[in-house]
Amino acid sequence: LGGSVVVPQSAMAADLDKVKANIKEHMGSGDYQESDTVKIDAPIIAENGAMVPVKITVDHPMDTDNYIQSIGVFVDNNPTPFAGVYAMGPANGKAYVSARLKIGKTSQVRAVAMTNTGKLIGTSKEVKVTIGGCGG
Amino acid sequence: GASSLGYASNRAGLESLLRFKPEGKLTLMHIADCHAQLLPIYFREPSVNIGIGGAKGHPPHLVGHDFLNYFGFESGGIEAYAYTMLDYIKLAHELGPVGGFAHLATLVKAIRQERGADNCILLDSGDTWQGSYSAMMTKGADMIEACNLLGVEGMTPHWEFTYGAEQVKANIAKLNFPFLAHNVVDSEWEEKVFEPYHIYEKAGTKVAVIGQAFPYTPIANPRRMFPKWSMGIQEQGVQEQVNAAREEGAQVVVLLSHNGMDVDLKLASRVTGIDVILGGHTHDAIPKPSQVKNAEGTTLVCNSGSNGKYLSRMDLDVADGRLKGWNYRLIPVVSNLIPADAEMAALIERVRQPYLQEINTVVGKTDSLLYRRGNFNGTYDDLICQALNSQLESEVSLSPGFRWGASLLPGQDITMDSIYTQTAITYPNTYRRQMSGEQIKTILEDVADNLFNPDPYRQQGGDMVRVGGLRYRIKLGETIGKRLHDIEIGGKKMEAAKAYWVSGWASMGEVDGPPIWDVVRKHVEDKKVISIEPDTTTMGVTES
Amino acid sequence: MADVGKAKIKMPSSVNAGDVVSVKAMVRHPMETGNRKDKKTGEKIPAHYIEDVTAVFNGTQVFAAKWGAAVSQDPFLEFYLKVDKPGDLTLTWKDNKGGVFTKSASVKVK
Ligand SMILES: [Mn+2]
Ligand SMILES: [Mn+2]
Repeated sequence: LGGSVVVPQSAMAADLDKVKANIKEHMGSGDYQESDTVKIDAPIIAENGAMVPVKITVDHPMDTDNYIQSIGVFVDNNPTPFAGVYAMGPANGKAYVSARLKIGKTSQVRAVAMTNTGKLIGTSKEVKVTIGGCGG
Repeated sequence: GASSLGYASNRAGLESLLRFKPEGKLTLMHIADCHAQLLPIYFREPSVNIGIGGAKGHPPHLVGHDFLNYFGFESGGIEAYAYTMLDYIKLAHELGPVGGFAHLATLVKAIRQERGADNCILLDSGDTWQGSYSAMMTKGADMIEACNLLGVEGMTPHWEFTYGAEQVKANIAKLNFPFLAHNVVDSEWEEKVFEPYHIYEKAGTKVAVIGQAFPYTPIANPRRMFPKWSMGIQEQGVQEQVNAAREEGAQVVVLLSHNGMDVDLKLASRVTGIDVILGGHTHDAIPKPSQVKNAEGTTLVCNSGSNGKYLSRMDLDVADGRLKGWNYRLIPVVSNLIPADAEMAALIERVRQPYLQEINTVVGKTDSLLYRRGNFNGTYDDLICQALNSQLESEVSLSPGFRWGASLLPGQDITMDSIYTQTAITYPNTYRRQMSGEQIKTILEDVADNLFNPDPYRQQGGDMVRVGGLRYRIKLGETIGKRLHDIEIGGKKMEAAKAYWVSGWASMGEVDGPPIWDVVRKHVEDKKVISIEPDTTTMGVTES
Repeated sequence: MADVGKAKIKMPSSVNAGDVVSVKAMVRHPMETGNRKDKKTGEKIPAHYIEDVTAVFNGTQVFAAKWGAAVSQDPFLEFYLKVDKPGDLTLTWKDNKGGVFTKSASVKVK
């Protein structure tokens, strides 16, 4: 057990309207189709909420006429969910981005990818922020 | 010492412990979580080990008679003594202490003699360098000497990390064997810090051993001690290592794990190509491997207990590059039945010698059985919590739910050696601070969710934080924020907005109160004789 | 914070034509959200964060990022690059206070 001075709040329902507005602002529309071709590799439990590694891969071709043109990343429970949008294309050979995010409290991390035809696909994954401190 | 109670060493006893139907040519030997216990000790297994969701009623979530019935052991025998808490005091007097590296060494040598050293691999799942005064003072050097002499051939870490990154690197340089951990990366460029796997040529077979360090070390222990190392279960990473090892020609693939058994079981069902998982961390002593099916085959999951109590032996028959057969036994190290290996005994005496004056100091006596294991407060935890509340003048005390720490029988002296087996860590300082009722509940809920989450990948091992001055009801099947109920402090309903004085130790942040062993020592010296009733902190444990 | 804007790039220096390689980059930067308070003075720490990142390979933009304040201190970025020809990759980070930081790396084709 930690007994740390900073006590993170337990998981709370996110303001989904705000999340949706953020997605719309950066991706053109607040709605996306859930797809298992979008993969989020993030820790189930964050080691350090100030620096959470998040890797996003889209299993999608990166050909000249069929590619992923951008990936947006959103953290539902952050005061501002928008965490970044990445522009890419055939020159990358692989629809992938890795970054490190501040996640203040347990939250869904959302990745939304746009194809070159403007279609939005995405998925989400929960990252838990904990006090920690026990062990076997 | 080994000669204090009950049985003397005898040939028939030793032969019964070594009895084994050999299989194939290759033998794996495995130890886990010895927590630096070089000498024989007493160690009472838990009376409560609750499995959540699908884990309920399956190994490792069986205790007492349920455990004996499941594995077909009789009451009152060596197995009942080793694996359960049944008739613990009576059997402890009859059969004596368990473990000790000199006794373990005799078993290891006998198996190497029987099978041929070139056909054996001895592996250690870690939590080896921490848990005693001499290990703490030498920063693990005493254990490294003992493991080198025992002939350990590979290890993976957890508590080892709490000596700090630089010390870990210096210690690795002194090992005669690989320190394996595929799932530790530097947090800057995300590159591997340690050797991910090692290929052994034994019994004419290529055996790959992949190291899986405790994935949640930076959460369960202070990250500031190894700030640039990042970990995690990294299931996909395990699969990549298995594939790489197979590509390199491995005919047998072993995952040497410090995941904890529930995590091992889930991982075995999802990663393909692992023949055997030899695991530790949750200190589960399981006499038969769990056979876990996955998309391409079956993985045998073995967990070998803790505190030097057991040695796993697994014989493997490998033909045409595939596993054809196996046999397994988790051998209880009942010290009085095993002659001490003279060379190891001499080493142990030498490494402990500089610290004898400190560790042999008697500070009091116990009238009660003192132990720690169990999902909720053990009696040794109660002693620690009472010491915190009385010495630091707090209303509530919190003590971590560690699973290590030797037991004491009623009538035994409380020595500093005993107190250190319960407290010897590199962040022992205590704290005393005010917390609101709401903050206290948040901490309890947070810990409960890291233990009782239905998803094994979200469980960190260990047990519920131990509490003094506080009682609660817990509903295990609920979600975070909803498990703890009817919390009482000092016999009165806890108030969310009220500030309470809280003490504790093993803080994730830096604190500067006296080390916990001094606090416990003063309390025992004041009390002279310790008497503790078993768990009075949980008023009820239910699913919903 | 010392060294603001000091950047590093990690990528293979020599590849086969057509290889898809990992590019990792890092820049020293506080990435202040503007929501934090100074513990001593109690005053708000002004927002100071990188808003735009671009990666240009042989004169053509191959990757870009637009960041919010949720990106961690000393931001890290990894993406892939398909290398057909040798050349120079230049990353440019721009922050909300007008700070512009660049770093380049060259890659050869075997
Ligand atoms: Mn352990
Ligand atoms: Mn452990």
